[in-house]
Amino acid sequence: MTIKSESWGSRVGLILAMAGNAVGLGNFLRFPVQAVQNGGGAFIIPYLICFVLMGIPLLFIEWSTGRYGGRFGNHSTPYILDSMAKGKMWKYIGVFGIFTNVAVAAYYCYIESWTMAYVYHSLIGTFEGMSQIEVAGFFDSYVDIGQSTTGIPYEAILFYILCLVLNTFILSKGLRGIEKVAKIGMPLLILFGLILAIKGLTLGTTGASELFPDANAWDGLNFLWTPQYDSLANPKVWLAAAGQIFFTLSVGMGTIHCYAAYLKSNEDIALNAITTGFLNGFVEVVIGSLIVIPIAAGYLGLDWVLQNAGFGMAFQTMPYLFQQWGNYLALFAGLFWFGLLFFAGITSSLAMGTPWMGLMSDEFNWKQSKGAWSFGAMALIMGLPTVFFYKQGVFDEFDYWAGTVSLVLFAFLETILFSWIFGIKRGWEEINLGADIKVPILFKYVILIVTPLLIGWVLVSSLPDIADKITHKDTNNKEWFASSFYAENFEPSGVETGIVDSVSNNYIRLSFNNSKKVLNKSSNKIKLVKFKDQKIYTFKENQSSIVSVGDSIKPKDKIAEGPFVNNVLYKSIGRFLLLGLLIFVSAVVYSISIKRKKEGKSIL
Amino acid sequence: MKTEAIITMVLAQGFITIMAAYFFYRVLTSKSKNSEEDSFEKDQNKDTKK
Repeated sequence: MTIKSESWGSRVGLILAMAGNAVGLGNFLRFPVQAVQNGGGAFIIPYLICFVLMGIPLLFIEWSTGRYGGRFGNHSTPYILDSMAKGKMWKYIGVFGIFTNVAVAAYYCYIESWTMAYVYHSLIGTFEGMSQIEVAGFFDSYVDIGQSTTGIPYEAILFYILCLVLNTFILSKGLRGIEKVAKIGMPLLILFGLILAIKGLTLGTTGASELFPDANAWDGLNFLWTPQYDSLANPKVWLAAAGQIFFTLSVGMGTIHCYAAYLKSNEDIALNAITTGFLNGFVEVVIGSLIVIPIAAGYLGLDWVLQNAGFGMAFQTMPYLFQQWGNYLALFAGLFWFGLLFFAGITSSLAMGTPWMGLMSDEFNWKQSKGAWSFGAMALIMGLPTVFFYKQGVFDEFDYWAGTVSLVLFAFLETILFSWIFGIKRGWEEINLGADIKVPILFKYVILIVTPLLIGWVLVSSLPDIADKITHKDTNNKEWFASSFYAENFEPSGVETGIVDSVSNNYIRLSFNNSKKVLNKSSNKIKLVKFKDQKIYTFKENQSSIVSVGDSIKPKDKIAEGPFVNNVLYKSIGRFLLLGLLIFVSAVVYSISIKRKKEGKSIL
Repeated sequence: MKTEAIITMVLAQGFITIMAAYFFYRVLTSKSKNSEEDSFEKDQNKDTKK
């Protein structure tokens, strides 16, 4: 087996590339929302415990597994796992480490392209004078590929392809290209983040307006950091913390294995792994918690944040908030915010290209450029449906199956392989080989027992959700093609009924009772307050409503007739595409195994 | 801001910042092993010589 000459240029470059792989949009958007929804300041306790019991052990496992496989000239998970145990199945489990990266890169580059587009729009002053609703509407127009916010036709596709080409070009330069981007991107990301965090910390009540007189950034920080210790008794809070640690560290993807496979066998992995874990934590807990929540609470009030906190705030709300700083500062704030999201995105998406490139280089001696452009082509083919049918739910299907379920499943299986099949004795030796720090012996038993149990718990807990997803429980229109349209649930429980307010042939507006979260400031507890909400359906010309004003409508009641193509069709296409990709990568690995057998390259 | 919130924030952020800085410092000050011959490569070279 030949040892690849490609290697990391410097240790700092490797650390920054690994940290860049872990730091993503979730550090700024997912963590603060999870903390707000799961015990405020007390969330940090399960967060840190899960970091020690699951995050660090998984980093040790993936770094050491990668370096071990690299010794045999393997730089991607199928043959890294194959080198660790007897039996044919492990290389096919390793297929997830290629499949996940191609599928996630496909839609992740779309989010990354939004950040590029929003940097552009911030610089040219697109958001100047826009209301909050107009800024939110701008995003809807942007992702609706039939519309254009710049006059350039199909601009969402254009930015997406531009982003994919940029990623592919950098990947074609190999590890040195990735390292260079990490060395520039990570310090800039931290600098931009710190500038915005200082603004979040010092905003106070200066953002209050006639529309939001109670707006106060400190309310946001108070709610985020005041510990609600009773929440620690709720298993859902612990599950949320375990999920956050899992997804923030980019474990279960196969990218860490691939990066570590380019290390020499006497190089440290223990200190490197812990350092990247804490660097990711720094960006998340220190910087991430001080931007979105306090700035949004500072201008829109905490009640608005509690009701609307989520991923959409980054694009649908932040540009409006920056406008409140004046045109000049808004330009820089937009540049810093979307710039930091772009760097967070690209350092992660670049990592996703390396496992495929590693596999092709190891097995077919493909040059970096050939590997990179073939990866770009696959990501484009997989990604275009997520761009064209974003609103129909294809994007969410990719995120759920490839970006969530696949990761947890793979991480669980690799932990079992490392601890119980490869063996914890050999595994522990591997972790400590060349280590620059002494890893406490406690971790040996944590990796053996606690980590598999924790990941198993996350996996088992998600089974009901997986079953709901398979059966499309989120919609009452489950047929691909239908001649009737049924009312969807008005709120998550599905018990509320709606009253028809206004109706025309192609339009129905219903009002219904909904509840929203409001903070009781004296007890610092969230309470649910009822309010009147509205739902609007619009239909095409050949479809017509069959309800009248004053009708009481329950979920699943028929409300319109005509030819309908439901979102379930597009979601199913997304699933077939993912299945097709999984089969394709498995077939590639199968053909490699035949080739290896012929060449007598079997390791074990 | 409430004192309780400030204390939690400073403790949590302070702990993570100190740990990140400490480990990064250890990385920067650790002796580089790049120049040393990889033990695995050493074994491979021996095998080749045989």
